[in-house]
Amino acid sequence: MANLQTNIAGLELKNPVLTASGTFGYGTEFSDFIDLERLGGFIVKGTTLHPRQGNPYPRLAETPSGMINAVGLQNKGVAYYIEHIHPQLASLKTNVIVNLSGSCIEDYVEGARMLNEVETIPAIELNISCPNVKAGGMGFGTKPEMAAEVVSAVRDVYKKPLIVKLTPNVTSIAEIAKAVEGAGADSVSLINTVLAMAVDAERQRPVLSTVTGGLSGAAVKPIALRCVWQVYHAVQIPIVGLGGIMNATDAIEFLLCGARAIEVGTANFIDPAVTMKIIDGIDEYLDRHGCQNVSEIVGALKV
Amino acid sequence: MMKKYITDFRVVANEQLTDRLFLLRLTPADGSRIADCRAGQFAELRVDNEPKVFLRRPISIHRIDRETNEMWLLVQRAGNGTRKLGELRARELLNILYPLGNGFGMEDAAGRHFLLIGGGVGVAPLLETGYQLLQNGAQVSFLLGGRSCAEIAHVAQFCKVGKVYITSEDGSVIEGLDCQKGFVTQHSILREGAFDAIRVCGPLPMMKAVARVVSGWKQNEQPHFCEVSLENKMACGLGVCLCCVEDTQDGHKCVCTDGPVFDIKDLKW
Repeated sequence: MANLQTNIAGLELKNPVLTASGTFGYGTEFSDFIDLERLGGFIVKGTTLHPRQGNPYPRLAETPSGMINAVGLQNKGVAYYIEHIHPQLASLKTNVIVNLSGSCIEDYVEGARMLNEVETIPAIELNISCPNVKAGGMGFGTKPEMAAEVVSAVRDVYKKPLIVKLTPNVTSIAEIAKAVEGAGADSVSLINTVLAMAVDAERQRPVLSTVTGGLSGAAVKPIALRCVWQVYHAVQIPIVGLGGIMNATDAIEFLLCGARAIEVGTANFIDPAVTMKIIDGIDEYLDRHGCQNVSEIVGALKV
Repeated sequence: MMKKYITDFRVVANEQLTDRLFLLRLTPADGSRIADCRAGQFAELRVDNEPKVFLRRPISIHRIDRETNEMWLLVQRAGNGTRKLGELRARELLNILYPLGNGFGMEDAAGRHFLLIGGGVGVAPLLETGYQLLQNGAQVSFLLGGRSCAEIAHVAQFCKVGKVYITSEDGSVIEGLDCQKGFVTQHSILREGAFDAIRVCGPLPMMKAVARVVSGWKQNEQPHFCEVSLENKMACGLGVCLCCVEDTQDGHKCVCTDGPVFDIKDLKW
């Protein structure tokens, strides 16, 4: 039994396995299958200051080894989350992290200010990378200056660990990572979904109501690994790696590329118990490789 | 909320019923008892060894046979996933996430006469629904439609549960049953006041046509007079991916957890 504990900018995790926002609801949907408290933490559904209905149906296209979604941040808003949903999660002995999204800087700041007041929310993941909202979202994450501006504004009001979620839909993700690090982010998580589209040739129409959407699942893992590797060499702050992690081996690949923790996303749809298998698999790998601590393999890729 | 399970089932048999429909008879591989399921709930099937398929496939629960401990799934070959499922042979394993969704309302069923209307593969959830309604003291009739009678699956099974009425677009008939030419909405049995509740599953145009017919009836003012089971593209089946939404009077609802069964009054049809 190796020591799986890890730390993201002061956020203590009992192991490096988190779940990705938008793939894990509010956690309790999975309690028939897993012990939520065994997770390093989970990141709840993308939440915005104001409630959002999300995009029209169809929102899903299956693709080889992946899926494209166009959900568009359907959620009931920060205040509803704090008042009605979080109280059911607050006593769980794991980290319940809120993914905060927005369409203007003022909304991000107000949401962050409200979440900062909730003692049992130990950290937020700032989503500046959603490809499915018309205004804001990914718009903030594709230009270093804009990314820095929103992170800096949130940093002023949010006093706990601030993880900033980055989009791969940029020329240089390392540049964006450096910009948000400079603006006060404690950590970066990457990658959000890859901008993509699917076409129904017979009907000569796009599959999704929004034409384009975000690709996730096993198909994006090679892109995500490359991004983590590049960012690892560009910033000092800890990295949370995600994108196509389907099993423990995938998770270990991210750790080797420099991620200090990982998020399991789309894999939860196919095997709702996969997170437990990933925790066990990392443990087994560390034993097999004679490691005492999971930190020994973070960034240990031999190049 | 009913407890959900991820269970390996062993294929007892895979029977071809019509050109496009096949019946998977499954039993838990470890010999355990099949979990409690409400009629109208569904299962998410993992499709192995097919690179074109990434997500599970949502399939209605057709029948839970407690005597043989078998779950029956009626599946239509529609794409890569269902085609692969159709290749399953006896003794092979199938990983199933179940039971999912809300199921048909069974409350106050006793003494009431239910008409269960199905078309195509949409007849699937109605067999178990018929059995559970009978257990709850209801009277059950079926109205099943298809392009031809040869496409209507498992008619003999439905006949064990209640009276079966048939419509066929081509006018074909099944000996001994009240078969009429046309769509289900054209069958003379479907008239105001003849039934206490209506349950529908089938192609969207069929369900909408039934909804149009019954929505003018006085009985539809009662709660849950007419419930329909919707189909939708789905990823998780657990209400977390928010992909399978239906636009309702109360905003976007997940077909996988708020449905698949909806009261027609709650839909924006």
